[in-house]
Amino acid sequence: MPGFLLFAVLFRPFILLVAKPQSMHFADALPLQSGASIRAYDLTYETYGTLNAGRSNAVLICHALNASHHVAGVYVDERGVELPKSEGWWDTMIGPGKPVDTDVFFVIGVNNLGSCFGSTGPMQVNPDSGEIYGADFPVVTVQDWVQAQARLLDALGIQTLAAVMGGSLGGMQALSWTLQYPDRVRHAVAVASAPNLTAENIAFNEVARRAIVTDPDFHGGHFYRHGVLPQRGLRIARMIGHITYLSDDVMNEKFGRQLRQAVVETAGLEASPADVPARAAAYRYSTQDVEFQIESYLRYQGDKFSEYFDANTYLLITRALDYFDPAGEHGGQLARALAPAKAKFLLVSFKTDWRFSPARSREIVKALLDNQRDVSYAEIDAPHGHDAFLLDDPRYMGIVRSYFESKVAPC
Amino acid sequence: MLKTAPVLSADQLSIARLVPKGSRVLDLGCGDGAMLDYLIRERGCTGYGVEIDDANIQACVARGVNVIQLNLDEGLAMFGDASFDVVLQIDTLQHLHNAEVMLRETARVGRTGIVAFPNFGHWPNRLAVLRGRMPVTKVLPYQWYDTPNIRVGTLRDFAALAQKNRLNILDSFGLQDGQEIRFWPNARASRAVFKFQHG
Repeated sequence: MPGFLLFAVLFRPFILLVAKPQSMHFADALPLQSGASIRAYDLTYETYGTLNAGRSNAVLICHALNASHHVAGVYVDERGVELPKSEGWWDTMIGPGKPVDTDVFFVIGVNNLGSCFGSTGPMQVNPDSGEIYGADFPVVTVQDWVQAQARLLDALGIQTLAAVMGGSLGGMQALSWTLQYPDRVRHAVAVASAPNLTAENIAFNEVARRAIVTDPDFHGGHFYRHGVLPQRGLRIARMIGHITYLSDDVMNEKFGRQLRQAVVETAGLEASPADVPARAAAYRYSTQDVEFQIESYLRYQGDKFSEYFDANTYLLITRALDYFDPAGEHGGQLARALAPAKAKFLLVSFKTDWRFSPARSREIVKALLDNQRDVSYAEIDAPHGHDAFLLDDPRYMGIVRSYFESKVAPC
Repeated sequence: MLKTAPVLSADQLSIARLVPKGSRVLDLGCGDGAMLDYLIRERGCTGYGVEIDDANIQACVARGVNVIQLNLDEGLAMFGDASFDVVLQIDTLQHLHNAEVMLRETARVGRTGIVAFPNFGHWPNRLAVLRGRMPVTKVLPYQWYDTPNIRVGTLRDFAALAQKNRLNILDSFGLQDGQEIRFWPNARASRAVFKFQHG
């Protein structure tokens, strides 16, 4: 083995995958499902790996509610030093030597229209009015996103995807790809996804949206003009969301009934809250103090989120989730809706995921079986609820790795 | 797909010969997918495996064989009536709580069902029980206290169950070291094989 190869193999885990966001402008208007259109727009995207000569190794990654084009790798400063906490949101899954191996595949992450990480969205200026879009940004759907992604692929010279892949709402986009462009997708990988949202799921979205739009700083979605942000609403939206992404068990294991360290200490009780459950002696008998660890955790998550996420984007993306329903146009019959799909499928769900439960993935599997499509399905017994799709479970990673190695890999 | 074809045992090869070429196959309890892989490569079949075990799911995916992770004790609601030419249950039935329901489901989903299981009527098993001990053999390698085989039955037991469920037995025989045993199979064969249809 030549020396440099040995070096590369031994040190591969330590070689940084450096991500660089790029932007592409689209001058032609994009007609939307609603009948409206976006006159001109930009898409922010990242790519990892190399497109092969046959242009047959491209993998498109679709993101969910609060993620972005930054799927894998890290950002570096001008001296090439890794920026802290800059890993892509699916860095466990995608990269050199990872289950979706960027040494083999050319992976594309793209920020969807209406999002707030660079692609045209409600925070940007509406060319028709010269004002920030805000609430005037048109409602976009999963199908619209797929159309925009397809235009990006056209521009990149990619006719056929080796695979389209996503989790949760990203899985819905993967599914939609196989219906809108059946000849452009060889494989679809949908993780922790669903063929549509249940009433309970729409209900959670609605609570989050009400939290945002009833924030006095929301100003009907035109808060940018007022120089304020509806952060209170966003915080609550995120808290609600976060509860639904975890399982009861994992929350209990992580937080249980533990009180915050400060609460225990001011009560004059020694002990770390990590091993001591709530005791009446430590209660402050307050209704508004943050006493339990879970309260503190949720508030922290809410605060963090409200600092970087756009309120209108939250409304738009949850609406796209609500509307997605390929079976809707086929009398509710998913099997009929999936008839156009030609791709081979891998579906993965997680037993403790109650927001996108295994039963929902099984509906997709059944519809594919009814159409005699190639499909494999794994139901992973991970404890983490919906969040499991972003975590590093060896069974989950192993199955995706095997699928890409045995089936997706270009011959 | 793995480059090399799977190596089947003589018993498995005998069962594979029962599957018509080009069949659409559902393999219930497909293990690592070797049988399905063989049927796809050597007999031009298509289809899916069903498995509960994580490691087996991974093995099937690594082979490039379609596999659905499912607990068979929850039934086959995912599969439509007569949606497969052949449904296989090879060394699966003995692990199922709802073995009878699954037998009916096999006949519902498949135009033909093929079931193979350890034959408790094989003479060394009878001899062991006569001696007062549960048998431990190549086909039944477990001790009575740790066996995953929660259903033990004989060739004739299965024939009676098939009749009770109004299944048409198309063929039945014993297998012993890859040889089909058609004379007195209930005593002479360690494995029972049935091919049947909905009555």
